[in-house]
Amino acid sequence: MISPNLSAIFYLISGILFILALRGLSSPDTSRQGNYFGIAGMIIAIIVTFLSVENVSSSLIYVILFLVIGGAIGAIIAFKIPMTAMPELVAGFHSLVGLAAVFVAIAAFLNPQAFGLGSTGNIKLASLIEMSLGAAVGAITFSGSIIAFLKLRGIMSGSPITFFGQHYLNLILGIMIFVLIFYLCKSQSENIFWTVITVSFLVGVLLIIPIGGADMPVVISMLNSYSGWAAAGIGFTLENTALIITGALVGSSGAILSYIMCKAMNRSFVSVILGGFGADNSTDQSKESKDKKPVKSGNAEDAAFLMKNASSVIIVPGYGMAVAQAQHALREMVDKLKKNDIKVTYAIHPVAGRMPGHMNVLLAEANVPYDEVFELEDINNDFANSDVAFVIGANDVTNPVAKTDPKSPIFGMPVLDVEKCKSVLFVKRSLSPGYAGVDNELFYRDNTLMLFADAKKMTEDIVKNLD
Amino acid sequence: MEIDPFIFRLSIFILSIFIGYYVVWSVTPSLHTPLMSVTNAISSVIIVGAIIAALAGSSENIFNTSSLFGFVAIILAAVNIFGGFLVTQRMLQMYKKKKDKNK
Repeated sequence: MISPNLSAIFYLISGILFILALRGLSSPDTSRQGNYFGIAGMIIAIIVTFLSVENVSSSLIYVILFLVIGGAIGAIIAFKIPMTAMPELVAGFHSLVGLAAVFVAIAAFLNPQAFGLGSTGNIKLASLIEMSLGAAVGAITFSGSIIAFLKLRGIMSGSPITFFGQHYLNLILGIMIFVLIFYLCKSQSENIFWTVITVSFLVGVLLIIPIGGADMPVVISMLNSYSGWAAAGIGFTLENTALIITGALVGSSGAILSYIMCKAMNRSFVSVILGGFGADNSTDQSKESKDKKPVKSGNAEDAAFLMKNASSVIIVPGYGMAVAQAQHALREMVDKLKKNDIKVTYAIHPVAGRMPGHMNVLLAEANVPYDEVFELEDINNDFANSDVAFVIGANDVTNPVAKTDPKSPIFGMPVLDVEKCKSVLFVKRSLSPGYAGVDNELFYRDNTLMLFADAKKMTEDIVKNLD
Repeated sequence: MEIDPFIFRLSIFILSIFIGYYVVWSVTPSLHTPLMSVTNAISSVIIVGAIIAALAGSSENIFNTSSLFGFVAIILAAVNIFGGFLVTQRMLQMYKKKKDKNK
């Protein structure tokens, strides 16, 4: 057994290693090393915990057994999961952190002696507040992430679920949690503790159901943030530096990502949370009213011809590419184009896909070198000098109406200026508007060619026609 | 009067938020997905609490209510630790530069 002071120093070291893990992500070159720092930090934290527990009982063998079982499950998931399912996976993992936080809080509440927090029914006030807040945030993270998972997985409809008085209900439940914690501190009652957790589970569900599919990048980032705050709350309870540092890191990381995502959609965080975007002008209505205008549609042959004669092509991937799993076919197409000395780059909008960086991962999976992939602000000026924009599965993020029509719900959102290209190819299943329920006027322009098909199939056909 | 240790922990917490703020802004946007999976993995350091809870079971009764919650939390956190780091590693392996992509 090692002294509490020594173990505190080791926890500090593992906290620092976690900071370095995040720091490594500033560039793909250093990122792998960063991940090893993270792993090292985790190993140190776990070993120190084993060493710091007094008279290890016979439960040690079970602890290791359970650790191995969980680890094996995690490893299998990590190797089996297809890259397109990454958003669900991250949501699922968030739910586990949330639930683990709840369980640790419960364990600490039932057996405070083990953690040095006082005795059952007589827990230190500060610890009680910390653990109940940690449990509440953990519970919200858990149930919220489960809903996000179900929506991303398609088990539950991605459309927002709203009902009358929803926000007031959330507000009341939120206040209720604080009132309950107040009474918990006064009475130390086990029943109140369980009620706090139950109400928090409910809040998590209610918070996420009104949020629609394309707002998922914000939701995932937000839940990421919550899982951090929950960990920090438990860190205060356990008086553990590693957990406090990590919680703060993860909490602020998620908060920053949420901010970036909101900004990329030009929506306030509050309006995303309140949800129901696009719910009032449902997609069906706008479809009916807009099918009069003439549209130029083409086939794979036309698209191949256009691109073969271009000198530069910019690819704009979106969620549709992920759904169709078209990234490998796309890469094949780009290889063919490059053989004809055509310059090809990729333009990625921050909210393309269902989570931050979603498109980048898919392209990386298809072996697209990351220095050919550009973010919105780095590439937006290049559209004017390019011949073809190949939009595959993206829609709202290219809609020029965001720049011109103040009445449009997406007005002010930064968009990719694909219309400045000499010609625009849209691979899309139909003319239906995107998530925001806004018709894309680009579809009807003279220099636009619509390619109606599944993204993967169309790209494969283009590849054949490029020979 | 001595300063409550809570204040020290609070200081660590607040300073870490600032560190997190600056470190995360320097993360390149193309690595935002690995950022999420790795933050997820490191937040599973909550497993230290689960281990303490699980080991606290007495030798006559290894699985009392409190330690049982600890054991389940160990499984949950372990899934996350292994899953999170490995999937991050898998993703990061895919980010390659132009030079070494010749297959």
